Amino acid sequence: MPNTRRTAYFNARLLDPATGLDAPGALLTEGSRILDCGPTLFNDGLPDGVDAIDLGGLCLAPGLVDMRVTIGEPGEEHKETILSASRAAAAGGITAVAMLPHTEPVIDDEAGVEFVARRAREAKLVKIFCYAAITRKLAGVDLTEMGLLARAGAVAFTDGGHAVADALVMRRALSYASTFDLLIVQHPEEPRLAEGGVMNAGEVATRLGLAGIPREAEVIMIERDLRLVELTGARYHAAHISTGEAVEAIRRAKRRGLRVSCDTAPFYFALTEVDVGEYRTFARLSPPLRGEMDRRAIVEGLRDGTIDAVASDHTPQDQDSKRVPFAQALPGAIGLETMLPLVLEQVHRGHLSLLQGLDLMTRRPADILGLPLGRLAAGAAADLVIFDPDIPWRVDVDQFRSKTRNSPFDERPLMGRAVRTIVDGRIVFDAS
Amino acid sequence: MNAEIPLPGSDSRALPVFPHRDLLGIEGLPRQAITSILDRADTYVAQNRKPDKKTAVLRGRTVINLFFENSTRTRTSFELAGKRLGGDVINMSVSASSVKKGETLIDTALTLSAMHPDVLVVRHPDSGAVSLLAQKVNCAVINAGDGAHEHPTQALLDALTIRRRRGHLEGLIVAICGDILHSRVARSNIHLLNAMGARVRVVAPATLMPVEIERLGVEVHATMAGGLKDADIVMMLRLQTERMSGRYIPSIREYFHFFGLDYEKLRAAKPDALIMHPGPMNRGIEIDSQLADDIHRSMILEQVELGVAIRMACLELLTQRARATI
Repeated sequence: MPNTRRTAYFNARLLDPATGLDAPGALLTEGSRILDCGPTLFNDGLPDGVDAIDLGGLCLAPGLVDMRVTIGEPGEEHKETILSASRAAAAGGITAVAMLPHTEPVIDDEAGVEFVARRAREAKLVKIFCYAAITRKLAGVDLTEMGLLARAGAVAFTDGGHAVADALVMRRALSYASTFDLLIVQHPEEPRLAEGGVMNAGEVATRLGLAGIPREAEVIMIERDLRLVELTGARYHAAHISTGEAVEAIRRAKRRGLRVSCDTAPFYFALTEVDVGEYRTFARLSPPLRGEMDRRAIVEGLRDGTIDAVASDHTPQDQDSKRVPFAQALPGAIGLETMLPLVLEQVHRGHLSLLQGLDLMTRRPADILGLPLGRLAAGAAADLVIFDPDIPWRVDVDQFRSKTRNSPFDERPLMGRAVRTIVDGRIVFDAS
Repeated sequence: MNAEIPLPGSDSRALPVFPHRDLLGIEGLPRQAITSILDRADTYVAQNRKPDKKTAVLRGRTVINLFFENSTRTRTSFELAGKRLGGDVINMSVSASSVKKGETLIDTALTLSAMHPDVLVVRHPDSGAVSLLAQKVNCAVINAGDGAHEHPTQALLDALTIRRRRGHLEGLIVAICGDILHSRVARSNIHLLNAMGARVRVVAPATLMPVEIERLGVEVHATMAGGLKDADIVMMLRLQTERMSGRYIPSIREYFHFFGLDYEKLRAAKPDALIMHPGPMNRGIEIDSQLADDIHRSMILEQVELGVAIRMACLELLTQRARATI
């Protein structure tokens, strides 16, 4: 029997980046769908037989769509499971995540995609989508069965934290993917230039005696790929860009009309290489934290729309991977529970409007992945986040739902966080 | 409880307490702390030349030399320093064996810490590893070299060597030449010489020069002629030949031609310029063999001698601080 229970959220600040709506109003859901919403809804009073929820002026927006998340399942369940990541996502106001395929085994066949779908159904919290690998076992040589994988549910293709380094393989991947109009997502880093490097090349690395990764490793790979996109006509997305040059390269490519997009993660607009401090392994990331000029260029890219999306780039690492000398530490940091407040930080600082900030985490990543999500519209899924943009709090990693604690933001004072998260009309997180 | 432990010599009560529990690097050390180590080491130089070299400064104290990377010179120097001060010195080479067994650096640190050593002297191939270890133990830690980061006692012994010959460090032009990129000795020396008011130059082919090294307060030179011009001191660094040839430099032959120190290139320096090398030397690669043995110019053996005195001073200062805080 379909769930026809109706819930009315009134006295809300409705925020829908897709339509530019930012106004007081109300929203009505029926079962798993949005039935109606708008500033004038319920002007004549609440209908009978609904659960009425007074939001007291809190923000009501489409649930966030996080397009870059590493989960340790299958293979490294001690770092994160689909269930633990779902809980963390829900607490961060995220209602849909796209999971990277660099698991063990690699998600490079239909069984892998189906496994994720089954585990997500069992967890039944947020929506978990998955990428499939571009190349088998992420080895950068043989293409995966992209057509069949897409049919099984893979939302796009990427080799996760590995770049597709070989130009010929990348050309064929883009070309083949274009047959089915599939999206190729690249980790843009020229691996030979980055080889052995553990942080951004520059004064800090020189001082610490750590091998550096030059910023050029990123833009060289992007520039090469853009030529191949031009050659093949494929759809291409550069993941977690971190340098001003990368922003500029994408900006130019968009002007030329190429079908390219890119995202960044909060690390790259909230931190710099200075945050590595005295060998803080939680700040060892891939790509590495860059300098202040790059950080500003990323903020500008978010502001002018060159950067299409903010993804958490959530990468759980356990103590054994981080309580080691810096060069031996595995890269990555968790981010599901800090993405929204770190985007809000840019809003509070006046760099983005609230709608702009939300757009980067809702409609735009959903559109890139071809998901019908990220909108407050009649008929759309009732995936919602209710948040207070102004509540001050301090990050305490021990309160996080992730299985691991590797956040570089511990103890950072922030403003704003999710109060309630709703997926298909079900409450999956409630702060109260 | 330690009131009856004899203090070393009559002047020791005047020893300034070192500002840190550990000696992890030179960066950030105030000039006064550096000077106090050098002054103290000076007294040990004299003592080390006497037949009876032993004191009781470290009596009852345990020093563990924990080396995760092969080293004969530095380990021996620390061992002698500890023994001449009357301490119990234990050498542990952890090379790859424990690591292969899966024991982590922190496990090793906690295990040793449980044995109550007073000082851990640690060398590790990774930058930052010694400070990571220091955070986990309850005793003083001396960095005997971590990756390409720092090697503070080497810089201190270099400074002592220069000071004993020139009387001061301030205003001297010091050229550090060779593989700056991978050198912890270069970094510690840059910090120390800058703190003491010397003028530091670095000379290397661009492939062996760390990016933005000028931000550490050095002049960057690509030629020996420019880098050595009017230099008071020429410090040569060891070239790790096994990982160099064909990668960072085309060949040893070409490297020696442009960057190896010989009498010809030394002419650009002051007529009485002194030559230093942290050892072990690659004769004929970074330094001409005859020049290395030139007793009028080369201070290489003197550096080795003074290294023991510097390490005695460091061991004393760090254990003295521990005594003072008990």
